[in-house]
Amino acid sequence: MATHVFPKEPQKPKAVERQKEADWTKPQAMAIPKEGYFKAERGRYGPIFPRTPACYGFSVIGKVKPGREQAMRDYGKSVEEAVKADPFVLGPLKLHYLRWILFDVGSGLHFMYQGIFDTDFDKYVEDAIGLFNQTGITTVFTNLEGWPEDWRTNVPAVIKFFREHQCPSFLEYGEYPYVSADEVRKALRLKDAFSEMLDQMQ
Amino acid sequence: MLEFEDIQHFLLARTPALAARYEFLTFRKPASGRAWLSGLVDKVGTGKSVGSTSPDSRWVTLAFTWNGLQALGLDEASLATFPEEFRQGMAARAEIVGATGANHPDYWSGELASPALHAIAILFARDVSERERCKEEHSQYLSQIDGVEVLSDLDLEAAYPGEPREHFGYRDRLTHPVIEGTGEESQPGSLPPFKAGEFFLGYPDESGLQPQLPQPETLSRNGSYLAYLRLQEHVGAFRDFLREHGQTREEQELVAAKLMGRWRSGAPLVLAPQKDDPALGVDMQRTNDFDYGKMDPYGYGCPVGSHIRRMNPRDTGESMNRHQMIRRGGTYGPVLPEGAPEDGVERGIAAFIGCASLVRQFEFAMNVWANDPHFKDLGNERDPFVGTQDGTFDMTIPKRPVRKRIKGLPAFTTIRGGAYFFLPGIRGLRFLATGGAATGVRLKKVS
Repeated sequence: MATHVFPKEPQKPKAVERQKEADWTKPQAMAIPKEGYFKAERGRYGPIFPRTPACYGFSVIGKVKPGREQAMRDYGKSVEEAVKADPFVLGPLKLHYLRWILFDVGSGLHFMYQGIFDTDFDKYVEDAIGLFNQTGITTVFTNLEGWPEDWRTNVPAVIKFFREHQCPSFLEYGEYPYVSADEVRKALRLKDAFSEMLDQMQ
Repeated sequence: MLEFEDIQHFLLARTPALAARYEFLTFRKPASGRAWLSGLVDKVGTGKSVGSTSPDSRWVTLAFTWNGLQALGLDEASLATFPEEFRQGMAARAEIVGATGANHPDYWSGELASPALHAIAILFARDVSERERCKEEHSQYLSQIDGVEVLSDLDLEAAYPGEPREHFGYRDRLTHPVIEGTGEESQPGSLPPFKAGEFFLGYPDESGLQPQLPQPETLSRNGSYLAYLRLQEHVGAFRDFLREHGQTREEQELVAAKLMGRWRSGAPLVLAPQKDDPALGVDMQRTNDFDYGKMDPYGYGCPVGSHIRRMNPRDTGESMNRHQMIRRGGTYGPVLPEGAPEDGVERGIAAFIGCASLVRQFEFAMNVWANDPHFKDLGNERDPFVGTQDGTFDMTIPKRPVRKRIKGLPAFTTIRGGAYFFLPGIRGLRFLATGGAATGVRLKKVS
């Protein structure tokens, strides 16, 4: 009589303790010291700001030169056109969101440029500035006081401007913490692929 | 038009040298340093006088740290126009380039971390006996000048004189950037020639514009920056690692290939993913004729974290034309014979990385490509050879059906020294040697 080997019960996977950072299922908040970092770590151009549940980011604030408000508002259209012409033009910056804001709360017109992205600001900053120059994004900054005159040829001066005008957050919150834009797109692509597969199986 | 007669030969051409000597110098007084330099300027080869088929027996290159420019009497206003990272020096920026832990300047040899390091005299020689002759000649020259001393030195010899291989056994010098205006053509698969300004000051670079020159222009035009690294290679540990991760010779060679991105013969994994192909490795028309994004996006051939893919991401890298570097240098220390146990004798490579912007080119490569544990969305990995390894980083080797992940890569190398130098053009050297008198620009009087 042939013996029959019964397959073992499939092993139940051990409960894996997710690292705090890897758990996207629970929103997280992170309070940040005044300097903008917990541990002083030097990057090539200054201190490294940590990754938070809202990934990496900056909030750059500058005073607008007199009479430049309309020029800044007009530039909004030109960036819209640049992205329409080449939707992936800013891809290398690994962006989630960017916001350009003008405000006057009593000290004259100010501009805030806020960004949320997936790479540490220090690491790819020259490439970012190169892309800004190419797409015309840098042009808006020429309307700000303190912007270096030789910005086209003096990348360290541009980086210095961004760092000096950066205001670090003291608290950040992420609904799906630490998840990168690439991961979001991967998940959406998989969802589309599954929908397509289900349709095909009808 | 490149001023070949003014640019030092060092970054423009490889010489047929099989031996070399680096002497790290300090100047006790500006006058001493200038006297030393005056007697050597005429011996320095230029892009015009030295080519890869040079009939000479020895080639001299001179370069200076920022402290060295100061020690020669360059005025404070001019000194302040040099870039921040060059002024600070590599030792002060150790954590930025990954010189931490066992790589920290506290453990460097040869007084390279000392503020007294002012200059380097690089001698390349056709063979060891010519190197020794030049060493004696320089020693006698120095004995006649009061106030210039050798802080330390390093003798180099080709580990494998027949071909450029380093101590781990990898074939080197397969990839180099081609400079526009030199007449050289790019290899198939490589980007077109790069603007001279990416390597030499005073010319437009890949941004299309000419960056600001440090002052005075006489000193900086046609100059370059050099990042020096003395990298000890732990050959015993490397061979043990291969044996631990490969049962047969073929398996060990494959592991070695996955770490580097090329087989030790030089054949690139993208073109030879399973089996070595030595003829391919040394065929300059084919050895760089590949990319990653289209030909190997997931790294099944060449892992994303392998050395050559990190040091040159090709079509998967951003603004690659702004992150090029010229490499020069060679091996030092005796070869460890195959099968012999680690003997504790220091051996490795002592190399220079030449560029027009240390922070944008060299430091970017070390800080981002080599040492970012999340490079290209990797989890916890650094470059296996040039990244700072402390036993806590991994290496992923994509494989079907399941990837192989090696945890806790050992350190195969240790940084034993490093420094930033400025490599002036010939006019720049004469300017320094005469205290500015050669160009009518007076330097401040120093005693």
